[in-house]
Amino acid sequence: MSLLSVEKLSLSIHGTPILDRVSLAVGEGEVLGIIGESGSGKSMTALSILDLLPRGARRTGRIVLEDRELTALSERRMCQVRGQSIGMVFQEPMTALNPVRTIGDQVAETVLVHTDRSRRAALAIAREALDRVGLHADRFPLTRYPHELSGGQRQRVVIAMAVALRPRLLICDEPTTALDVTTQAQIIALLRGLVAEDGMGMIFITHDLGVITGLADRLAIMRAGEVVEAGATREVFTRMRHPYTRKLREASAHVPQRKARAIGATLLETRDLIREYRLPRRTFLEAPQVFRAVDRVSLTVRKGENVGLVGESGCGKSTLSRAVLGLEAAQGGTIALEGARIEAGHAMPRALRRRMQIVFQDPYGSFNPRHRVARLVTEPFHLLEERPDRRERAQRVAEALTAVGLHESDAEKYIHEFSGGQRQRIAIARALITRPELIILDEAVSALDVSIRAQILDLLADLSDRFGVSYLFISHDLGVVRAITDRVYVMKSGRIVEEGETEAVFDHPRHDYTRELVAATPRLDRVLAEMGVG
Amino acid sequence: MLRYLTARFASLAVSLIVASLVIFLALEVVPGDPASFMLGLEASPETVANLRHELGLDAPAVTRYFSWMAGLAAGDFGISYTYRVPVVELILDRIWVSLPLALYALALSTLIALPVGILAATHRGGIADITVMGATQFGIAVPNFWFGMLLVALFALTLRLFSAGGFPGWSDPAAALKALTLPAIALALPQASILSRVMRSSLLDTLDEDYIRTARAKGLNRRQVLWRHAVRNALIPVLTILGLQFSFLISGAIIIENVFYLPGMGRLIFQSIAARDLIVVKNASLLLVMTITVVTFLVDIAYAAVDPRLRKR
Repeated sequence: MSLLSVEKLSLSIHGTPILDRVSLAVGEGEVLGIIGESGSGKSMTALSILDLLPRGARRTGRIVLEDRELTALSERRMCQVRGQSIGMVFQEPMTALNPVRTIGDQVAETVLVHTDRSRRAALAIAREALDRVGLHADRFPLTRYPHELSGGQRQRVVIAMAVALRPRLLICDEPTTALDVTTQAQIIALLRGLVAEDGMGMIFITHDLGVITGLADRLAIMRAGEVVEAGATREVFTRMRHPYTRKLREASAHVPQRKARAIGATLLETRDLIREYRLPRRTFLEAPQVFRAVDRVSLTVRKGENVGLVGESGCGKSTLSRAVLGLEAAQGGTIALEGARIEAGHAMPRALRRRMQIVFQDPYGSFNPRHRVARLVTEPFHLLEERPDRRERAQRVAEALTAVGLHESDAEKYIHEFSGGQRQRIAIARALITRPELIILDEAVSALDVSIRAQILDLLADLSDRFGVSYLFISHDLGVVRAITDRVYVMKSGRIVEEGETEAVFDHPRHDYTRELVAATPRLDRVLAEMGVG
Repeated sequence: MLRYLTARFASLAVSLIVASLVIFLALEVVPGDPASFMLGLEASPETVANLRHELGLDAPAVTRYFSWMAGLAAGDFGISYTYRVPVVELILDRIWVSLPLALYALALSTLIALPVGILAATHRGGIADITVMGATQFGIAVPNFWFGMLLVALFALTLRLFSAGGFPGWSDPAAALKALTLPAIALALPQASILSRVMRSSLLDTLDEDYIRTARAKGLNRRQVLWRHAVRNALIPVLTILGLQFSFLISGAIIIENVFYLPGMGRLIFQSIAARDLIVVKNASLLLVMTITVVTFLVDIAYAAVDPRLRKR
């Protein structure tokens, strides 16, 4: 007998169909993984169960939790179910907590809303819940505010809120997507422990097959509002009946085909590069403190080579990329591009800037929405000595767009007319247009769905074959770095702690930190091998 | 918290010094002789020279500035040239009209705006929202003196519930409050219109936040989410506007004070400018600047009370 069963759940919002006859079941102590790409309806399924849908939503079908038909409950009764029988954890820990109330207050609120307990008793339960999620009283008193905690710690608070009353079912919607891999591993271990202790059921929603496969007892694969395949995890991977399941699995472990190339002379070289920030003065008279975000970093990228730079958020990898591009002046060390050296404190000459371009992570925020694609793509032309005339401009825009797999006519469109993956192609076209020798890809595929990510990785491999461009590939995702780079640098707290051939570094890490990163990174192939699925 | 307060206090002191310098430069140092300006074109050179001496204008500018500051510190604001009484007395008389009027109008505007803004936001797109948006549009567009005249026409002339103007003094507080009621309403309505729109849009933004969804998932109903999580966060931008409005109410009530014939600060400054009484203008303006800076300081403290993230700084 299932703890929760969802039968033929359909949903439309303002008449647009979102879910189509979704059926799911979760048993006690069981973990159900829901996998799908953005827009597949996995979050809406979770919100349907809790009846927290946006306005204009119409829901049909049955949702039964322990013999109770949830769709028949009034809003008042549903409020009793939420937080008491079903706990929910969301994706974005940075914004999931109220910034003006203490963590103790927010965890205790779950208790106060559902029970007659006194405030003091509720705070005692909050304390216990925070201890259970690993936030102990000595470092995390109830009086802490969310802004005093890191992302991983905030996610623990959200989990404490969700499990404070020991609900029968816990729904987690991408709970680790915004976190670093080592934090992700800790949160997953925590959730697994809670499920085992309380015997509750868990629905774990994710886009990442690697994360879910080792955790879930059963899987449901969603696409375009439908469950296309469901069953025990092992079975799903052995059978892979639906072509989409196969496609998803292939895309997750995708390695782009790259032609073997001769590695040439040194293209980019930084020596003892230092990038410091002044912190605000703490008192009026004291000298301002200095924070060293990049600490004596020396790295090289040779012609035709793809180099990876991995590290967790805040380790200084993006700061390093901005310094290399000359967007911010360094405080020490040198940057050299094919022998042309720039000392610290000197501005980078335009001629050099032209030869290095960058693609950022966010395909939505990095374009001016009021400009047409042609103008967006030709932005780097201000770096050229001789500005191309009208005809040459048009021709180069067309070349760049076709090179990234778009059409010439897309030049006249606005950015909102494109999907995330297409926007990232436009960002790459913008980087290509000055015919640079080096492109820095700063988490350039991190925001994309796995199948789109596989396409963009193929495109990047193809472009480096055709134009001989080198990449400095900055990412927190070891899987992607392994797939596309020849050499890798591992960065921690502003310093390079390890470097070497990518395969060698990841297979035989020497530094403790690299070992920790590699161990924390979920790997689908390894998990499947352990399960005996080839 | 202490650091935040110290920083805010330092900024308060600096703004006051800068303001006093600007006022001093504008009125006394910039070309044009204050004494001959005050006396008009027909004055004889001897009278001008006498006044220059009386005003201490023969001393160098730096000396004059410091003696002005020293006087202020001792509570000496000089003697009004036209009224021939100490400026302190003039201002004290007026401030007891202007300050209560501003506070009264501010209280009214807040009491109207916050519930109305919350009502509109929680019924977004509904009849309540549309009505509020329409009414506030009207409230912003119509000038407050016209409201004032309408109020006089209705409540004073037709219904005879209030007097049309004047101020009886604080010896009878009830009568004094009654005399301030119509002007306070006239001042408050346009302010309330702006404030309720700010409250509405700020609350709508807040209700879209992730932590509101978290709170709903904990089992709070819409009402509990609104009062326990949304309103306090939505108040932060409202406070900013409130501070600006109070400053306006203190100094910008000139027209309303004229409509209702109230002896307030606005009227004092207005009459002193007309009478070319630079001593009053100079000191009264500085006092207004001081009040406004202090209000800004209080708003900063209110921010810290609402938002714990500021206390850490």
